[in-house]
Amino acid sequence: MTERVKGMSTELLAETSPAGAGSPGAQPFLDVRDLRISFGTDDGLVKAVDGVTFALARGKTLGIVGESGSGKSVTSLGILGLHRGRGNTHVSGEVWLDGEDLISATPEHVRELRGKKMAMIFQDPLTAMHPYYTIGAQIIEAYRIHHKVNKSVARQRAIEMLDRVGIPQASKRVDDYPHQFSGGMRQRAMIAMALVNNPELLIADEPTTALDVTVQAQILDLIRDLQEEFGSAVIIITHDLGVVAELADDILVMYGGKCVEYGSAEEIFRRPEHPYAWGLLGSMPRLDQEVRERLTPIPGTPPSLINLPSGCAFHPRCQQVGRDGIPCKTEIPTLDLGARHGVACHIAPDARRRIFAEEIAPNL
Amino acid sequence: MIRYIIRRLIISVLLLIVVSAVTFGVFFLIPKLSGTDPARMYAGKIADPAAVKAIGVKLGFDKPIYEQYGLFMKGIVVGRDYNAGPDVDHCPAPCFGYSFKTDQAVWPLLLNRLPVTASLAVGAAVIWLICGTLAGVISALRRGSILDRSVMVVALAGVSLPIYFTGLIAQLVFVHQLHWFPGGAYVPLLQDPGGWAGKLFLAWVTLALLYAATYARLTRATMLETVGEDYIRTARAKGLRERVVIGKHAMRSVLTPLVTIFGLDLGGALGGAILTESVFSLPGLGKLSIDAVGQKDLPIILGVTLFAAFFIVVANFLVDLLYAVIDPRVRLS
Repeated sequence: MTERVKGMSTELLAETSPAGAGSPGAQPFLDVRDLRISFGTDDGLVKAVDGVTFALARGKTLGIVGESGSGKSVTSLGILGLHRGRGNTHVSGEVWLDGEDLISATPEHVRELRGKKMAMIFQDPLTAMHPYYTIGAQIIEAYRIHHKVNKSVARQRAIEMLDRVGIPQASKRVDDYPHQFSGGMRQRAMIAMALVNNPELLIADEPTTALDVTVQAQILDLIRDLQEEFGSAVIIITHDLGVVAELADDILVMYGGKCVEYGSAEEIFRRPEHPYAWGLLGSMPRLDQEVRERLTPIPGTPPSLINLPSGCAFHPRCQQVGRDGIPCKTEIPTLDLGARHGVACHIAPDARRRIFAEEIAPNL
Repeated sequence: MIRYIIRRLIISVLLLIVVSAVTFGVFFLIPKLSGTDPARMYAGKIADPAAVKAIGVKLGFDKPIYEQYGLFMKGIVVGRDYNAGPDVDHCPAPCFGYSFKTDQAVWPLLLNRLPVTASLAVGAAVIWLICGTLAGVISALRRGSILDRSVMVVALAGVSLPIYFTGLIAQLVFVHQLHWFPGGAYVPLLQDPGGWAGKLFLAWVTLALLYAATYARLTRATMLETVGEDYIRTARAKGLRERVVIGKHAMRSVLTPLVTIFGLDLGGALGGAILTESVFSLPGLGKLSIDAVGQKDLPIILGVTLFAAFFIVVANFLVDLLYAVIDPRVRLS
């Protein structure tokens, strides 16, 4: 029974999912199915990730977009198996990486893959690097966990990587401590550390959020160049649509722990169908157009993951709520995986497209 | 780094001078305010006023306070001659003066008592550092478990129960009832290492319990804070084993506050653990000072106080140096 279900969903995904899934029939490099992660807290159950499904091929980039607390970071930590150890955590679903399910694998096996086959770049490199160890020592350590080499070989490798990510005088700066680097340099060092073992999957969690704008562009360029060089699959997690516009092949929009829209980047930028995606686009400043009067923020605040609104979690903030008597407040909309462009919204697809074309797009 | 050391060193010396001036001032003022003439304390009850006056001149009590302080400091640094006419007493450096009661020089007394106090302090420090830190780490890693709760209860008891209670109970149970440890007088380490350790063990544990409690709580709190840090998540993301994540990356951060308080606590304990030494009848600096207080023997109290202050200042200096070794951000700023 399980076998059959598994087989079916592979078929389904291969046929229908966005570009990232690669050639039909074969299982994509990264295949996440119905991932659910919840934490038991004193206040109640936090459903941080509630049924997220996506696929990603080697060499492709997926952007996961959403506000703080939408579950995007927990999704990535869940893939790496780093959600463990947060007390009362419950995980279900499947995460297939190159044909292995990481959710059912032993923690020890996932640990071996971590840093080697899949690596992560964290948001704030000042806090994400150990303040008491040199940059070099931290990169050397990352390399030697997965390669049985002596220190001087690993050190050479660390210098090579620092040089590759554009640290000037890498052989000298390798002995500096994180606080001696500027923000942009630290992020480069962080990237060097993540890439030192040539990971096939690279997850970047808000890689540019802590950096100023000019440095942001350099870091994004660097990630793109390195992806081409190493052929890795990349997941970029961000709340900044500008970042995914630069890099992503596919986009997954998350809200309240769920995926609300999933499709190719082109589709989502040109023809977004979920009112939340419209809101995100409306609140993004654009340099390629005339200055609008003002940005249109999404009203309200992201929901608490402990106490989600009934029905569609976005309904309290949605401008379209209650249109044509649709059951926004009572029924949870499902993501239609049958379409190339999946949208979890009660408004009928034709109506969505019409609303976007007639009412939303002209104001963007 | 060298500049940092020199700066710290100068600060330490200045601190010692300030401490000595304040202490000397206090001990100079006490006899003045209570109307007793220090010379009379040396002279004894039956001495006639002329003899008292002679002693006062000889010991310099007739001079103004700053001059007396100058002489006192000079005595510590280069030694001091007490002379009145042909009668010259040389007190070699470091000279802390003489006991009111026994006329013994204070410095040899201090030196005599130091090995006992050092034995107690170092032995206890080893126990409290190891046990306190281990208990704290285990407690933090098993947060909320029965083990964690038990450790914290013991720690709470450790800080709350006074030494004269735990020390007496320990002696009653382990020496007098169970006969696990010998009673009797303190034995020097070199004379009989086994007897030394046997006699001191209960005192070590009693004193260590007090400090270990603080260390366990501090370690637990710092560890819990540290394992939530981003760089610990990074260490896990690199694929490090949990053992290394905790034992290397997290412990490194836990170590910093521990080193600070350990240095100061050890320095403090070297100045004499009054209660422990009294309860276990150990003839150390603490016992010396409490006896001196009982006899109003000001020169000895002054000597012990300065001696203890010296250890704390030195410990402080060493902690600052160690801090720079542990935390590169201190080193470079």
